[in-house]
Amino acid sequence: MKRKFGVVVFPGSNCDHDSYHVLKHTLEQETVYLWHKDTDLQNCDVIILPGGFSYGDYIRTGAVAKLSPIMNSVIDFANKGGVVFGICNGFQILTESGLLPGTLIKNRDLKFVCKDIFVTAVNEDSLLTKSLEKKTLLTPVAHGEGNYFTDDETLQSLEKNNQIIFKYSSSKGEISDACNPNGSIHNIAGIMNKAGNVFGMMPHPERSSDRLLGKTDGLQIFESLLKNFIN
Amino acid sequence: MYKAKVVIKRKKSILDPQGKAAEHGAVLLGFKNITNVRIDKQVEFLVNVSDEETARGEVSEFCSKLLSNPSMEDFEINLDKIDEA
Repeated sequence: MKRKFGVVVFPGSNCDHDSYHVLKHTLEQETVYLWHKDTDLQNCDVIILPGGFSYGDYIRTGAVAKLSPIMNSVIDFANKGGVVFGICNGFQILTESGLLPGTLIKNRDLKFVCKDIFVTAVNEDSLLTKSLEKKTLLTPVAHGEGNYFTDDETLQSLEKNNQIIFKYSSSKGEISDACNPNGSIHNIAGIMNKAGNVFGMMPHPERSSDRLLGKTDGLQIFESLLKNFIN
Repeated sequence: MYKAKVVIKRKKSILDPQGKAAEHGAVLLGFKNITNVRIDKQVEFLVNVSDEETARGEVSEFCSKLLSNPSMEDFEINLDKIDEA
């Protein structure tokens, strides 16, 4: 069954076209762009907050984007159970908006990290991971502030409620500090909210979803979302 | 009118990679007595109200809603009354 996807465009988004391409052309879903100044989500089933540097990432990453008109609608949509998926800057916007717990601070070694890495699904029961063909996926990262941090209490609650979905790992799925590109606590690369309808991850599955690019592991995440989506 | 100076500080429990880098630089420069470097942010602005309580309330709200992220930062507010000529 076809779904309607909305890709939000903030000033400074730069992975909006990649996400649009994968959803519209590779997966052949109805896909529209949603401008940050609009408030109408156009009856989309899934909202994507793409990567980039919204509003120049001034103050903090995602701090200004959370105040844009479209975000009021996105927050409302998410609180009513709508599916929202934030990638990289989108993940940062979701934590700033309070839709996901924790925060993303500067990478441990202060460098912008741009390379292919591996993530392993540690919760195989989420919308994004239920139908993966394999647990460990190659996905690129490209960020300066991807160091996931939260206090002990929140971390325990994330673990208890099975909200951690991806961790940085080796190609064989071993989770260790050596595979952690940014210093994220417990190697966390992606999480979801308690209700299981809001997702955020730092790696870019949309950049490893096209055969022409020689890597397609990321596509499995979008396919899983589509396959397991229930209205 | 008040001039507000707000200092946004990363919570003590949170690693400050910039502070760590500066501390490492201090070692490279030969400083032997410099430790615990933390890099904070200072924001200055004017608040166009006449009483301090209202000014403080507004600044505090601005800090918690935008200037700081309560999950990783604390803030300190300093207010100076400005005489309006």
